[in-house]
Amino acid sequence: MTEYEAGRYDVIVVGAGHAGCEAALACARKNKKTLLLTLHLDALAMMPCNPSIGGTGKGHLVREIDALGGQMGKVIDKTFIQNKMLNTSKGAAVHSLRAQADKAKYHTEMKKIIETTPNLYLKQQEVVSLDVDDGRINGVITKTGAHFYAKAVVLASGTYLKGRIVIGEASFDSGPGGITAASMLSDSLRSLGFEIIRLKTGTPARVNKRSIDFSKLEAEFGDDPATPFSFENFDKELNNINYPCYLAYTNEKTHEVIKANLHRSPLFSGKITGVGPRYCPSIEDKVVRFADKTRHQLFVEPEGLDTDEVYLQGMSSSLPEDVQLSFLKTIEGFENVEIMRSAYAIEYDAISPVQLSLSLETKLVKGLFTAGQINGTSGYEEAAAQGIIAGINAANYVDGKNYLVLDRSSSYIGVLIDDIVTKGTEEPYRIMTSRVEYRLLLRQDNADIRLTPIGYKEGLISYERYEKLKNKIDLIEKEIQRLKITKLKPDKQLNDILVSLNTSPVEGAVSVYDLLKRPQVSYAAIAPVDIKRKKLPSDVVRQVEIMVKYDDYIKRQQTQVERFKKIEEKRIPDDFDYSKVKNLRIEARQKLSKFRPVNLGQAGRISGVSPADINALLIELMK
Amino acid sequence: MTENETIAALSTPAGYAGIAVIRISGNEAFRIISEIFKRPGGKSFSQMKSNSICYGHILDEKGAVIDEVLVSKLCAPHTYTTEDVVEINCHGGYAAVREVMSLLIRRGARHALPGEFTKRAFLGGRIDLVQAEAVSDLIASKTELCAKAALNQLEGALSEEIDGIKNDILQLLMQLEVTIQYPEYDIEDMPSEKLMEGLLNIKAKLRNLADSYKKGSMLNEGVKVAIIGKPNVGKSMLLNKLLNKEKAIVTDIPGTTRDVVDEYINLRGLPVRIMDTAGIRSSDDKVEKIGIDRSYKAIKQADYVLLTVNASQPLDDEDMSIINAADTEKTIFVLNKCDIGVCESVSEYLKDFDSVNISAMTGENIKVLEDKIYNRAVTSEEDFAKAALITNERHASLIQGALMSITKAEEAIAQGYPVDISEIDIRDCMDSLGMITGEVTSEDIIDEIFANFCLGK
Repeated sequence: MTEYEAGRYDVIVVGAGHAGCEAALACARKNKKTLLLTLHLDALAMMPCNPSIGGTGKGHLVREIDALGGQMGKVIDKTFIQNKMLNTSKGAAVHSLRAQADKAKYHTEMKKIIETTPNLYLKQQEVVSLDVDDGRINGVITKTGAHFYAKAVVLASGTYLKGRIVIGEASFDSGPGGITAASMLSDSLRSLGFEIIRLKTGTPARVNKRSIDFSKLEAEFGDDPATPFSFENFDKELNNINYPCYLAYTNEKTHEVIKANLHRSPLFSGKITGVGPRYCPSIEDKVVRFADKTRHQLFVEPEGLDTDEVYLQGMSSSLPEDVQLSFLKTIEGFENVEIMRSAYAIEYDAISPVQLSLSLETKLVKGLFTAGQINGTSGYEEAAAQGIIAGINAANYVDGKNYLVLDRSSSYIGVLIDDIVTKGTEEPYRIMTSRVEYRLLLRQDNADIRLTPIGYKEGLISYERYEKLKNKIDLIEKEIQRLKITKLKPDKQLNDILVSLNTSPVEGAVSVYDLLKRPQVSYAAIAPVDIKRKKLPSDVVRQVEIMVKYDDYIKRQQTQVERFKKIEEKRIPDDFDYSKVKNLRIEARQKLSKFRPVNLGQAGRISGVSPADINALLIELMK
Repeated sequence: MTENETIAALSTPAGYAGIAVIRISGNEAFRIISEIFKRPGGKSFSQMKSNSICYGHILDEKGAVIDEVLVSKLCAPHTYTTEDVVEINCHGGYAAVREVMSLLIRRGARHALPGEFTKRAFLGGRIDLVQAEAVSDLIASKTELCAKAALNQLEGALSEEIDGIKNDILQLLMQLEVTIQYPEYDIEDMPSEKLMEGLLNIKAKLRNLADSYKKGSMLNEGVKVAIIGKPNVGKSMLLNKLLNKEKAIVTDIPGTTRDVVDEYINLRGLPVRIMDTAGIRSSDDKVEKIGIDRSYKAIKQADYVLLTVNASQPLDDEDMSIINAADTEKTIFVLNKCDIGVCESVSEYLKDFDSVNISAMTGENIKVLEDKIYNRAVTSEEDFAKAALITNERHASLIQGALMSITKAEEAIAQGYPVDISEIDIRDCMDSLGMITGEVTSEDIIDEIFANFCLGK
């Protein structure tokens, strides 16, 4: 193959999925000449699995991406066909926003943004190898011989690396959704010394909407009005589309068909060796592992408004096509179902994420960053979250600026990156709210307060937006102060309100602040007695309410964060020699030398490193 | 750092045992022992294999034999401290041990601090924190019953108990988390009554553990028994009989014991701290008055009180004022001088109380008195041997912390806070327990969720 010089850029982003798009946009917006390469331009920001963005934990990520100046929230706000705040019956910390997306529109909208962003060049090319010079990235070489040069490269190759789709006895090389696989890039990574892991994931069948009898299913709608993901849309009207999803159930007949055909499943026959996520078990997996369950839920989700394809959440499978069809037909409402795209399992190469620093730069090659499923994660939102960080840091690398590292006390993004980089992953990693230590502080409703100042500093947030945020914070603080000094008389009007809210009446004067601390009392409910109140934007009121109500708990978590930060501040020098530390167990010595944690906190989170090892390390560091 | 120094200490209990073991640990252990240990036939220490024992003599600088010994050689890292270790089995008794120790120190070893071998074992990763702490309790425990409790803890009775509670909490967290993580699946939210029930169950278990600390500290510090009575009823002689030796000054001059005399006795393994007090009477003597004040203090501190009277005479006003002031719940009435005779009026007056006729002079019924003390302290043998006893201050305060967190969680639910808020307290509780037997991570909760529920796309 004759190579030719195809251009010089500051940053090249390989892969235009959810990670690649955020990375490329962040670089371009940081005024870096950025090239975005994709295997197929029609697969840009493609959703090869479920047609939705957000959900528990993931909704937090989308809000955080938006708060940093990312794109995902804005695109889904424009293209959703149903939108719902989950967990509203529970506390504010676990409220999570989720939207059903119109997949085609999501792709088109994101592509339009990419195409119209200055400094950003989009090309269809398959990267086959990396140009590395003396431990530094120098560029990429494509299948057609194009040699693109760049100071930094972000790999966001998704599940395409040596992708192999398995449907029953059939298997073939392919990326997701029938897009061609990238067969050579992971060899290039391996030859550079990267440890490659093999992972597996799967997706359910898409069936024709017109072949389902919806009268037998339960319809489920979203919220009206919808809540935006993007903080920039808080004072804007969103589209008012509220398209239903449907709930259906498998039954014992379904399970019988599956059990009778288990021997044809590649998962049980050993044809698939990659490790799949527990979060997305296939239906055959569910039937085997939970044999006593007589039915499993499945959610029927439209793939868009302009298509009849619907997605069957809960039914991912790698059984042969004929088995898929026969078990689907046993489901009530699915008697005449027509499969349009079969369910499949996909295996792909990823790099073990412990080879990364917290900046998402690889430890092996300077200027090379990775983001998304190549790092062993799963999910559009997880990918996008890494994408924006990798993009910011690739640009900072080019500019010789400090890397942006978000810690576990700052964000879900910080937890996600710290988890994969520090602990590695055996299965595709998914964010969960239970992974987050300071959940009450890291709410989806205050992501802007937490992260927008950082986004502004990184040049991804406009001055106007930053000023607007400062104004919002000011309004919140002033209102809380006002509530503290506003005392109410224990008159009949007040006590009637309290009694009607199922909480005890007051005998003496009481501040509005103290009343609002009661779980039963909302800000709105005491409006009639809090007469000096000014009209405030709803997001300000929401913050005031949460901050007052959970004040004690918030303060406690803040104290914990301070303690956490103290350990995080105990830095371990880059060239620290673990062989010199007396009393370090061999396993810990090996792990620490391999992972090279940046501080004592991260060292303690590495599996196989015990408190005794940390003690020994601490003693050595204090010398 | 001091960690590199070679340390030495007597590792068997001090006293007149047959054999005493001196342990040396550190880089210099082998160098030091080869300088002072002579084997028959001119073989050297360095020729010894690891984990072997050899006979020989310890010689001082002038070549004089200090003791006839057995020496074990244990090579790093497979030793308790993970360092090079030498154990010298020498003849028991203070003289030999003291001479060998001082020789070792002259040769460059340092006297080990209490628990330092264990600390090195812990830092070397040989044992975990709970084990390390149990070992230090073992070292500190004065008698066998404590040793039994400490051993039990080492073997994991405490860890087992705490892990059981941790698992209860894990199950609760799993139930709460699964509905948070998967709100749209057909898993019902845990009703607050059920959550409350779970919390109360955990609370009861924690309380049991916390209560066992009281028993545990009794074991460690000894049951405190005060001997009280007016002067010259035979208190000091009773003490001496219990101790089997003469320590308290025994005279027949009233007021001889002017202070509280403390002694430990080993009552079938139960450490008993006996406080002989100054006789209580109205006195003008300044020194005696201080003694009497201290007696009252001792009575307050004591777990049990041996109220001693001279039963050969009728009770007088001084006896009566002491009896009337006594807390009969924790008092055993000791009717002394039964060898002379017991006045009927005395036994009649005290017949409704726990009492025993003894003679401190002849030793009559001393065994019966000991039984009474033992039975009061030890409600059942299982208290000691089987119960997971908390004998360590740090564990006790962590369990107290866990108890407080669980109580807070309960309050939060009662006040109507959402479950994820009460979870903060429940997780704090878990973290406190985790500091005793090891952390429970969010990964454990997630594992539990996917092991128990069928979820996912």
